[in-house]
Amino acid sequence: MEVPILRQGNYLIATIQAALSDAALLELRDELVERVGRFRARGVILDVTVLDVMDSFTARTLRGMAHMTKLRGARTIIVGIQPEVAFAMTQLGMTLEGVETALDLDGGLAALRRGTKGGRDRGR
Amino acid sequence: MGVSRRCAAEQRGAATVAGEIRVALDSEADIVTARQQGRALAAELGFSSGDLTLIATAISEVARNIVAYAKRGEIVLSHANQGSRRGIVVVARDEGPGIPDIAQAMQDGYSTSHGLGFGLPGAKRLMDEFDIISQVGKGTTIVMKKWARRHG
Amino acid sequence: MRQKTEGQVLGQPKDGGTESLVRELVAHFREKREPLRRQWVEQMTGKGFLAGLTPEETERESATIYDTCVGCLETGQYDGAQAYASKMAERAVLRGMTTEQAIGGLLTLRDVYGRSLFERYQGNMKRLSEALDIYEPVANKILSIVALAFIDEREKVVRQQLEAIRELSTPVLQLRAGELILPIIGMIDTQRARQITEGLLRAIRANRARVVVMDITGVPAVDSKVANHLLQTVQAARLMGAAVIVTGLSAEVAQTLVTIGVDLSSLNTLSDLQSGIEEADRLVGYRVITTEATMARNAET
Repeated sequence: MEVPILRQGNYLIATIQAALSDAALLELRDELVERVGRFRARGVILDVTVLDVMDSFTARTLRGMAHMTKLRGARTIIVGIQPEVAFAMTQLGMTLEGVETALDLDGGLAALRRGTKGGRDRGR
Repeated sequence: MGVSRRCAAEQRGAATVAGEIRVALDSEADIVTARQQGRALAAELGFSSGDLTLIATAISEVARNIVAYAKRGEIVLSHANQGSRRGIVVVARDEGPGIPDIAQAMQDGYSTSHGLGFGLPGAKRLMDEFDIISQVGKGTTIVMKKWARRHG
Repeated sequence: MRQKTEGQVLGQPKDGGTESLVRELVAHFREKREPLRRQWVEQMTGKGFLAGLTPEETERESATIYDTCVGCLETGQYDGAQAYASKMAERAVLRGMTTEQAIGGLLTLRDVYGRSLFERYQGNMKRLSEALDIYEPVANKILSIVALAFIDEREKVVRQQLEAIRELSTPVLQLRAGELILPIIGMIDTQRARQITEGLLRAIRANRARVVVMDITGVPAVDSKVANHLLQTVQAARLMGAAVIVTGLSAEVAQTLVTIGVDLSSLNTLSDLQSGIEEADRLVGYRVITTEATMARNAET
């Protein structure tokens, strides 16, 4: 498993270390979903800070992952999307609708603790 | 192109010929190589960091299309001059099934619902020029260009 | 048939007679270098073209230009002239030289060269005509090279200034920790939209902002293109974890958004900046408390 997954209380934190192949990303998704069930986690933070490109496959996979963890009772928060990446994604038309996001790890943890959704992920 | 640059490019799994960088697309792992090579070349050409990401993303999309539908193909990266501005040229080529109705494939709604992802129309939005030739049974060639914005 | 090849003296079929005349003209200009150059400098001084140049600079520049021009006549190549023109244009624009000064100087030289030819060949109209056939295309080409270099340089400066104005025109302001205000004023085209978005996203990262109040009261025309730009800005901010409150939305603009298919309920919109700020405070968790002293003061007014 390329991506280290840490457990912090009820939360799982996965930090991507380098560009992932499609297979590796799917493996990460499945691993996280499995662990959510195993540990009855309430939240997942996926840190994508090092990704310099988020293409349509990545976006689709992350959306799917957020949906799957939600079905198992955990909120997934994507953190660390860089400015250039965010811009490229909107140009491409990928908005990660319905997926919660935060600026960084701290922001993600704060969002999970807050429990409420606020204005961040409006737009389903 | 400098010798060290060529060596570095070849180390990353690409072949270089007089100003061109070819990346063979045999599996999805090559998608990452293609976009990293594209980013590197674009950086040399002086593109802004925002543009580097746009170019890398566009390459990722078209490369992904090739791997998904044609199974194999190649990306050829080169540069071009137009008057005093420089640009990057990305040619994505495959000998796959071809696209029966290009106009339809270039529509956003169509490609999303047919699982092609944002692929082609998305890539077109990110680049300055976008041309596509496709023949059913023969294959598809896409030529995309982006010009470095003059910084005065 | 006339052959026009780049870099060659234009318009003349090459033959022994022409080549020898070219050599004759080059020799003439070289021989008359000092008197003609001085004449040129005098005329330029009289017209005020040399204001701001020291005598040494004038000597040096006029000599270089004179020789470069004669060189073009001799070789039929203009690379040297091109390079020099670009350099000169850069310096000229930096110094604030007017177009009249820049081009006028060379027009004067052209006339000085031309007059000297008239003087030399005045007894032989046929010869004069042949000389002018050779000389004029060269002079014109040099002039257009200089004019274009000057225009290019000016356009470059204008572009740089426009860029600077764009940067300044959409500041992102931090209201409180975690809250940004983005007041947009003026027309928005694709380039400006991108600049605004990139600036906002960088500010979100730098300020760790969780809310942005984007006020569009000052955007005069919001058609579907502009609406899309604004929408993309909102979407990009969201990807970085920041909620965007859009204020200053007129009824018309709301209509435009609906027309292009935007689900308005997905956008957090409020009518004015004040309400937007209050909403931002609420989202971030700030509460603004009016102190007793202020309440007393307010009661008095």
